[in-house]
Amino acid sequence: MGCQPHHLLPLFGCFCLVFFSRCVSTMVGTSPLLSVQPTRGLVDEKIQVVVRNLPPAFSVTLHSLHHSEDKDLWEAFGQYTSDGQGTVTVAKDASLGGTYEGAEPMGLLWSMQPVPGSRTGLRLRKMDVLTPLVVHISVYSGHMTEGFSKQSPLATVVTERWYMAPGVCRIDIEEHGVRGTLFLPPGPGPFPGVLDMWGGGGGLVEYRSCLLASHGFVSMALEYLSHDKNRISDIDSKTYFEKAFRIVQEHPLVMKDRVALFGLSFGTSVALNLAAYSKDISPRCCVCISGSHVLPVNKSISEVFKKINEDRYKTRFDEEGCVVWRDIILPIPTDLGEKVDMGRIKCPLMLVVGEDDQNWATVESAKDMAQMMRAAGNEHLLTVLQYPDAGHLIEPPYTPHFRASNFIVQKTRQKVIMLWGGYTKPHADAQEDCWEKSLGFLRQHLYPSHDSVPKAKL
Amino acid sequence: MTEKAATPLLLLHPSRGLIDEKFSLMVQNLSQIQEITLHALIHSDDGDYWEAFGHYVSDATGLVNVANDSSLGGTYDGVKPMGLLWSMRPVPGSRIGLRLRKKEVHTPMLVHISVYRGHMSQGFKEQVALASVVTERWYMSPGVRRVDITEGGITGTLFLPPGPGPFPALLDLWGGGGGLVEYRSALLSSHGFVSLALEYMTPRTSGGTDIGFCSYLNSAAFTVLKQHPQVCGDRIAILGLSFGTSVALGMAVYSTVIQPRCLVCVSGSHVQPVKGSLSDVFSEINKNVHNTRYDEENRVIWRDLLLPIPTDPTKKVDVGQLKCPVLMIVGEDDQNWPATESAEDMKQMMEKAGNSHLLTTLSYPGAGHLIEPPYSPHIRASNFMVAGTRQKFVVLWGGETAPHGYAQEDSWKKTLSFLEEHLYRSTEVTSPSNL
Repeated sequence: MGCQPHHLLPLFGCFCLVFFSRCVSTMVGTSPLLSVQPTRGLVDEKIQVVVRNLPPAFSVTLHSLHHSEDKDLWEAFGQYTSDGQGTVTVAKDASLGGTYEGAEPMGLLWSMQPVPGSRTGLRLRKMDVLTPLVVHISVYSGHMTEGFSKQSPLATVVTERWYMAPGVCRIDIEEHGVRGTLFLPPGPGPFPGVLDMWGGGGGLVEYRSCLLASHGFVSMALEYLSHDKNRISDIDSKTYFEKAFRIVQEHPLVMKDRVALFGLSFGTSVALNLAAYSKDISPRCCVCISGSHVLPVNKSISEVFKKINEDRYKTRFDEEGCVVWRDIILPIPTDLGEKVDMGRIKCPLMLVVGEDDQNWATVESAKDMAQMMRAAGNEHLLTVLQYPDAGHLIEPPYTPHFRASNFIVQKTRQKVIMLWGGYTKPHADAQEDCWEKSLGFLRQHLYPSHDSVPKAKL
Repeated sequence: MTEKAATPLLLLHPSRGLIDEKFSLMVQNLSQIQEITLHALIHSDDGDYWEAFGHYVSDATGLVNVANDSSLGGTYDGVKPMGLLWSMRPVPGSRIGLRLRKKEVHTPMLVHISVYRGHMSQGFKEQVALASVVTERWYMSPGVRRVDITEGGITGTLFLPPGPGPFPALLDLWGGGGGLVEYRSALLSSHGFVSLALEYMTPRTSGGTDIGFCSYLNSAAFTVLKQHPQVCGDRIAILGLSFGTSVALGMAVYSTVIQPRCLVCVSGSHVQPVKGSLSDVFSEINKNVHNTRYDEENRVIWRDLLLPIPTDPTKKVDVGQLKCPVLMIVGEDDQNWPATESAEDMKQMMEKAGNSHLLTTLSYPGAGHLIEPPYSPHIRASNFMVAGTRQKFVVLWGGETAPHGYAQEDSWKKTLSFLEEHLYRSTEVTSPSNL
């Protein structure tokens, strides 16, 4: 490896190139100093990216690159001009263009997108939580929008993004037919617990639980829609989830009366159903993201899916052929057998919805849920976070947004491109705010403090 | 756990940091005005346990924040955000004369930070903590590459920062204990410098074979750096600690091959027989061995072996001939080497020669000899074996914990600034340092 010749140098002969290429920086007078702190951080920790030692008023492009587990390349970039001291401070300076604009400290992470030429419909998800996401951050000369792989940067640093804090323990769970992964924080405990449920995409998604454990919660990621066709649907009934809840609750490191439900999408429906109708378990509080209370009440999962199937004719397609499912549960039914009786909720509930959710009618659902709780007199338990221009997949912060991605329909195994909705910047803001408030909500209700008075509203 | 009992939350950021990075540490959810002890524990590569602790009292909201709150006692006191690291010492019952050094730089030091009820000073092992977290402290940032060097007759380890380069470089020299100590080079590389940790005190050089002091060995090392495709050949500095300082000064003044851009000299001296071999140097020092003193615990004080600073110019490096900026770092309580007296003499020599504008001296009251990268524990004395001999001593290095911790933090910050200024920014070889 050597440095690339300065743009003036091709005019010189070969010998001079060899001589000068040794130390272009001496010719130019400065060598940029790029720093990222922390070099190893948790996925939800902010980074400080600073470039120093540039010439003043110098155009540069900051670029991030990630090689995913699926072997795709993701990148983001922002164009900057150094100040009078030759410094670019990403947290304060405005990006003049790129995959993000303005002063965005974390733009190099949340605005990442597949590099040109990639496969379509990609989604960035870390399945192995024992290793970090590795991101290469580089600074290039000039304002660039493409061709980053063909140009040598001025400098590069490497940063690691972890879902798992040091000391967190990962345990495979296969107990009484329940399958999941349990994450334990370091320390003697006891800790509050969380049962963590993802949506209709199925499988076993661990990273959110891992991150919750890094924040002091015992958290179990639950598999309830297996990708394995051979798995018998003993996950049909409410009993499966009650068993899962009790696995968390009965763990020696968990405070029995401080276990919460955390759901996204279909996981929200499961959580609401449990919270309202279970005689066996009682969550201390619930965080329900991008989900709905509309589902055949107190029925098995397969019956729920059967109903969704019946309404599938309401599927729409956008101009690019992406599947839009948001109308499937519309109009919100008035019949009480078709939606969870929100009046039965006895614990604090945080609902999170993205106003541009194209996958499920979550905004309308949230409105209906609030109305039901108002009528029943338990609205004081409800907190709603509603984010303009955010889509369906509101996940832990600083990971990229995708408006649509490949999806395999559980029942039919059909491959479609699912429209989730949302626009990059507002969606990123929603993820950041929602995560902070979710953690705050969980701490408030699950970590007793001496002076705490149970409050639902933040 | 009953409804009423609070479970404290220990919040530490970042959970994985470089060894010289600060962390923030808070305990939330305590009772009001509750007495607690914060405790840090390391299980070293050598199998020893090191600990530090501070006594705190929570405020009215049940919060302790080490950035603002005062430790009322323990291994450190006052408002000391990093006290839990730099005040560490071997746990009671440990072997004596220990020194905490990380040999394996690919892995982090794991520090267990716990909060205990009440103000405790011992018995931490027998008590269950209220809460505990783990933090990793790394010498190597991600992307730094480690390369064994055995070419040109030298033995060393090269560390390269990530990125295309080219980078300025450092020759990293430790002291008379010899061996190959990598962690400082790994850390320097994490800050954007190519760094070569050099083993220059191998038995074949110190035991009596007559390899010249400003020798082929050291020129070879400098050349390895200069010729490396990712190094800026005219931006190479030398960093030396203790005996490494003498080597660095000798190289800078007398070598025709070596032209360092700048020098960082920690706890060292210019006093040495000029142009001799390593064994000549040791014979000279040995002539004064009767000047060895012992403290009340029979630990060796070697600072007088070079005193008084000679006036004979053949016995010290002619620093009046230095052409590059020099940063001298000395601990005023250095019991191992007369660093303060040497720095003073060097200043006088350079003032006479008219090049004292090149010299910056950082002098730290209460600091000892081993001024190393920050937040590692202070060692007032430890086991020591001079390279190439079989004699074991317990050597007194000097310094008191708190001022030594401060010296490490401050001098490292200034060292990095100095290196950045002269290796990254400066275009003139002889610009004065602006610290």
